[in-house]
Amino acid sequence: MIALSDYLILGAILFGLSVAGIFLNRKNVIILLMAIELMLLAVNMNFIAFSYFLGDTAGQVFVFFILTVAAAEAAIGLAILVVMFRNRQSINVDDLDTMKG
Amino acid sequence: MDFERFIFYFLAAVLVFAAGRVITVRNPVHAVLHLVLAFFTCAGLWLLLEAEFLAITLVLVYVGAVMVLFLFVVMMLDINVSPLREGFIKYLPVGLSVAALIVIEMFLVVRARNFGADAVAIPARHGVDYSNTRELGSVLYTDYVYPFEIAAVILLVAMIAAITLTMRRRPETKYQNPVDQVAVKRADRVRLVKMKAEERQ
Repeated sequence: MIALSDYLILGAILFGLSVAGIFLNRKNVIILLMAIELMLLAVNMNFIAFSYFLGDTAGQVFVFFILTVAAAEAAIGLAILVVMFRNRQSINVDDLDTMKG
Repeated sequence: MDFERFIFYFLAAVLVFAAGRVITVRNPVHAVLHLVLAFFTCAGLWLLLEAEFLAITLVLVYVGAVMVLFLFVVMMLDINVSPLREGFIKYLPVGLSVAALIVIEMFLVVRARNFGADAVAIPARHGVDYSNTRELGSVLYTDYVYPFEIAAVILLVAMIAAITLTMRRRPETKYQNPVDQVAVKRADRVRLVKMKAEERQ
């Protein structure tokens, strides 16, 4: 049978991969958004694993809310991306230097 | 190795492969498709954990709506990929080392000694008459009804924000003005003319 630690380690590997993705694709806003989705997926996996092994439904309710917020975040992020591409003809993070930050 | 363990390792291998491809492929469309694969395999893993409702939700809502939106945006934008790949090799060592550090640290916390089968007992499987959806609904609509409504408001705000951000007024497009339409008077539209009746020829 599969223990809780197996699921948690899988979630950790997934989280690490998405962190690496943020480092590697730091210019491409689309891949950055996708790496964030992967991160949320890893966290959701941990929530569901704990919910199953501890016999508590609250973890699944939290996953439900995280999915809701992630969908809202993706919609707004992609809308910002479309507006940015319309104004600058590029999705490179380096082109976003108007505020000299 | 029993069948359940085999399924777990197979899905985990596919999941890690898909996640690795998401962050390394050159073409963003391929990255989105690999992310879809990752969501599908993750839904399979959630089925193993008896979270059937969320697994179906992940496929229907995430793959069906959010990832299709991603794919739509990626295909709509005409992106030149090559300048976006600059620094990929340069940041490869630091990215991989930070990721490895995170994984090692988390492994030290969640390894089998702390969360293994001996530390956390594996629960017995539910029977065929168990409904995960009913279980989730009975909690969601009672204890978590306020967060549920707030989630609905968040979705509404996201919808309005996405529409407001992407909507633009073109000067050449003709719009109707509802205020003018409502405020119109009878005298503006109808003009009564008094005239004599025509005589029959």
